[in-house]
Amino acid sequence: MTLQFLADGLIAGSTIALGAAGVTLTYSILRFANFAHGEFISWGCYLTLLISGPIGAWSASSIDAIGPLSVGWNVVLAAVLAMGLTGLLAVALDAILFKPLRDRGATITAVMASFGASMALRALLEVLFSSRPAYFSRDLQIAIRVTPGVRVTPDQIALMGITAVLVAALHLLLSRTGIGRALRAVGENPALARVAGIDVARVIRLTWLLGGALACASGVMMGMIVQIRPTMGAELVLPLFAAAILGGVGSVPGALIGGLIVGIAEAATVQLVGSQWRAAVAFLVLIGVLLIRPTGILGRAE
Amino acid sequence: MPDLMGVSTYASVFLTMALINGIACLGLNLQWGQTGLFNVGVAGFVAIGAYSSALLTTAPVDGRFGGFGLPIALGLVGAMVAAGAMSALIGAITLRLRSDYLAITTFGVGVAVQLILRNEQALTGGAFGISFIPRPFASLADRPLSFGMANLALVGVLVVALVMALEKLVRSPWGRVLRAVREDERAARALGKNAAHYRLQAFALGGAIMGLAGGLEAHLIGFIAPEAFDASLTFLIWTMLVVGGSGNNMGALLGAGLVSVIWSASGLATGVLFAPEEQARAAALRNVAIGVLLAATIVLRPRGLIGERLIVSKHLGELGSGRSPSAES
Repeated sequence: MTLQFLADGLIAGSTIALGAAGVTLTYSILRFANFAHGEFISWGCYLTLLISGPIGAWSASSIDAIGPLSVGWNVVLAAVLAMGLTGLLAVALDAILFKPLRDRGATITAVMASFGASMALRALLEVLFSSRPAYFSRDLQIAIRVTPGVRVTPDQIALMGITAVLVAALHLLLSRTGIGRALRAVGENPALARVAGIDVARVIRLTWLLGGALACASGVMMGMIVQIRPTMGAELVLPLFAAAILGGVGSVPGALIGGLIVGIAEAATVQLVGSQWRAAVAFLVLIGVLLIRPTGILGRAE
Repeated sequence: MPDLMGVSTYASVFLTMALINGIACLGLNLQWGQTGLFNVGVAGFVAIGAYSSALLTTAPVDGRFGGFGLPIALGLVGAMVAAGAMSALIGAITLRLRSDYLAITTFGVGVAVQLILRNEQALTGGAFGISFIPRPFASLADRPLSFGMANLALVGVLVVALVMALEKLVRSPWGRVLRAVREDERAARALGKNAAHYRLQAFALGGAIMGLAGGLEAHLIGFIAPEAFDASLTFLIWTMLVVGGSGNNMGALLGAGLVSVIWSASGLATGVLFAPEEQARAAALRNVAIGVLLAATIVLRPRGLIGERLIVSKHLGELGSGRSPSAES
């Protein structure tokens, strides 16, 4: 057994962590488990792919790979635009689907609605893009040897760096700014937050924007490391929830820790047991957390 | 008239499958409609029933576990016990926690069961599934119409018996406690009812009914494979219950029939309208429609076609209607 699984796990864990940060945010502030979050990941990735084409056509030099990376500035720019669009997609889904249910007080039903929405959104991607895998770049990257037996590609290093920056930024936003305080206040008690002069509707829109943007980033990472398929997000749903609950619902650093642990556990399973059982790891982690410490590592008891 | 025969045979097979989905829907109605418990892994519990019954009743096969050659009736009992026991186990772990943890965990059950079906060749036959499952009325198999009608009658009788039993349960003190727990757990506990206990019982019983649906599917088709139990089955069963009207057993059956018709008709339509190379996309289009139907019904008509009727006790009659189930407290 080599230590390669640690490197693989940290990289896969980074994509899970970005998605789990969005899940934990919407879960703690809107108080429901959004099964459509995986679809934001897929949609973000496909939107990036879609936008990067015209940008590349408009400026041919933007296609040239950046330094040792496999993609050019067109993909980076497209990813930034797609993060905004995915956020808007999440806001729109909330407006037509979740808000009416929230107003009716039927929060539990919103979980079911998100399940239906995830089916529709995923199948729509299949209709639009077919289920054939797509790629940002077909270039093969040469992995760099970090220590004996451990190799990573420049893409993977860059993406782990971006994850660290995004998660740190989100954590600082939530813990150090007035916006973050408003977000947490709505999560604690929406009625009281409104009395204190917080625009609850605006906070909810912001929550979806942040969650959608992070999901898009996670999707682009996954698209670069693995491949782009309509089911890519749906397959991440269970790891996302396992990571969010393991880290403690509502905690962004917890989502990062949870994501990395789930990612490393998956990579270890691939190496020790076999790749066909990778998807079962998140389920076992979930059952383990619920049995031993349902509040998660950094979570608080309700 | 061979044509009429063909149509009748098709109709009998179609109705049989719709009723089997209806049974799974009745199980979900007990969990969600009556007790407010999410189960997003319906397909997993149906699969446990199907595979348990198949392993108990088939003849031994080299390189695969099971093949005990038991009678079909015992297989169906085994299906209910296995699916019910799995539900009880999952319920025991998650029912004491936040309500959506059950949804997330059952979603995981669906994923894990699907993995086992595909990969544990020695237990489940892997991607090829299990074939040569004994079928009831096998002596009629060379006469398709009689065979189809006999199977339909068998499932029909089971559904009627199940609905009668469930209706009796719903109107019983036990059913009353389930709704009390769903509507206001604190009040139910104040009256000395152990909410966790009742939830677990309802969840396990609902799971057993889903297992029965799976067992019947295995025996009536004679062949099972992993694809039949993926997440889209869960979507279909949920759409049936929500469209028909959760909280109402008749609604569950009505929804099962209606959504089965929509599903089959759209399948026939896409088969005719789209070129062979576009079939995969056309199938995806059907899933878009079902997903939109589910979400739209939840928002626009939460009661479904025929929603829950409020019944306190069989001695009091009906108290009027018009309320959607399970608003969160």
